[in-house]
Amino acid sequence: MDIDPNTPIARFENVGLRYGLGPEVLQDVSFVLRPGSYHFLVGPSGAGKSSLLKLMYLALRPSRGLVHLFGHDIATAARNDLPALRRSIGVVFQDYRLLDHLSTFDNVALPLRVANIRESDVKHHVEELLAWVGLKDHMHARPPTLSGGQKQRVSIARAVISRPKLLMADEPTGNVDDRMGFRLMHLFEELNKLGTTIVVATHNEAMVQQLGHPVMRLVDGALAVTPGSRGSAV
Amino acid sequence: MFARRTDLPLDKDPLSRFLPWLIAFMVFLAALAQTGLIGLDDLARRWDSGMAATLTVQIPADPDANEAVNARLLQSAMNMLSETQGVVRASVISHDKVLELLSPWLGVVDAGDVPLPRLIDVEVDPALKVNTGELQQKLSQTIPGAQVDDHGVWLARLVDMVRTLELLAATVLGLILLSVMATVMFATRTGLTVHAEAIEVLHLTGAHDRYIAKQFASRALGLGLRGGLYGLGLAVPTLFALGHMAGRIQAGLLPEMSLPIWGWASLALLPALSAFVAGLTARFTVMRNLRRML
Ligand SMILES: Nc1ncnc2c1ncn2[C@@H]1O[C@H](COP(=O)(O)OP(=O)(O)OP(=O)(O)O)[C@@H](O)[C@H]1O
Ligand SMILES: [Mg+2]
Repeated sequence: MDIDPNTPIARFENVGLRYGLGPEVLQDVSFVLRPGSYHFLVGPSGAGKSSLLKLMYLALRPSRGLVHLFGHDIATAARNDLPALRRSIGVVFQDYRLLDHLSTFDNVALPLRVANIRESDVKHHVEELLAWVGLKDHMHARPPTLSGGQKQRVSIARAVISRPKLLMADEPTGNVDDRMGFRLMHLFEELNKLGTTIVVATHNEAMVQQLGHPVMRLVDGALAVTPGSRGSAV
Repeated sequence: MFARRTDLPLDKDPLSRFLPWLIAFMVFLAALAQTGLIGLDDLARRWDSGMAATLTVQIPADPDANEAVNARLLQSAMNMLSETQGVVRASVISHDKVLELLSPWLGVVDAGDVPLPRLIDVEVDPALKVNTGELQQKLSQTIPGAQVDDHGVWLARLVDMVRTLELLAATVLGLILLSVMATVMFATRTGLTVHAEAIEVLHLTGAHDRYIAKQFASRALGLGLRGGLYGLGLAVPTLFALGHMAGRIQAGLLPEMSLPIWGWASLALLPALSAFVAGLTARFTVMRNLRRML
């Protein structure tokens, strides 16, 4: 997929979302994610953070408003074009969503296989990445036998294996101790330096303060963006 | 192909264990129906072509009359037949042959012991439709008691019945095909529900519908093939047993009924067909159901 370097990674315009006939969970949400930016997404529980991410990783369609990803209006995109968009997106789900019957290796390999990458390349890339996240010894283990932190790293490895242009992480530090939390955050910093656009939903205000990236704050379905304290992001 | 790693744990589905046996049962029935269809078709065709074009004229033997009179009556019948339009050939069946034909009923008898009727085998042109009623009338005017035996009439009815049975067998085959498709469709839908979470993950990581459909299809293909082989494995001994039983009673009554080579070959194709139908149905079902998802 060719992307103009100036095209926003994601652009929301007056997006509203409701589940079924319920109330609007998101109201008039508008923002732009520039290539290479890094945002935190914060807000009280139930504010709609996961819902906003779901719209961005194409698990939901908005009830109203415009969602553009990589310059494509997803309302008019053909269903057949969505896989290509999704392959440019990596997601670390709040609950990992690993496939329990597949080994660590196969879980991480999934995005490559889905994209029909040659099996020899798959092996090479996956082994390299698993070594990097310290899971080489658990390559053949299945998720149910892994610790919480190990699962988290598998899920992160799966999210980044295909070098996505946009990486979203939903509470990636929710279930691990602070030390592991900062280690994972460090990984995201590294990826961001390599050009990946990042959005991290979190409740960890201390981390938000410390890292100083711009903050998207959701309160009762309305979004406000505050610039970062260190000026590294656009 | 069947050892292929799949991203979905489809072989753990409870239905995966039953599906081959359901398909086996249906392939078994299909094999019987198909054999019936082929056998009946063969039978009807042979009757149609082999016997429908013949008549038999029977001249009763008058035990009091002498040989010469009987011979003259026979000769006048032959003359009359040769003048009849549509008769291709008429030949007198020899005494020996008549005895042979009667032997199942009379046992071995000597030609002189019983007054035997004379039989004339008449071949007619099927296109010309010889009027047997008229022929009967003409013959019995000069030869009292002469009988025209028209196999065509009852044979045509028999052939009609066989054709109806054939239609029935074909309908049964069609229904079995529909049942296989419905079963696979149901199993696939269940699989889609059971694995909805994993399928969503596949979608979100960028899988096309056809990638997911392929996993279901190759699984269904394998199960369909397995079921087909089980079913055929059950059907072949059954058919042999039936054939053996039919062979023992057919001696004089039933025309020979056996499955031609291509018939066996078409039975051997059933497992391939059930595999193909199962795979295609699964693929179609998945593609159709996924289209409703985002
Ligand atoms: N599938 C759903 N069907 C109906 N309502 C939903 C669904 N998912 C979320 N909601 C509702 O939408 C609102 C926002 O939920 P969401 O999960 O986006 O919040 P969140 O900010 O991620 O919360 P948390 O910090 O606890 O993860 C909640 O009121 C929730 O009940
Ligand atoms: Mg959430």
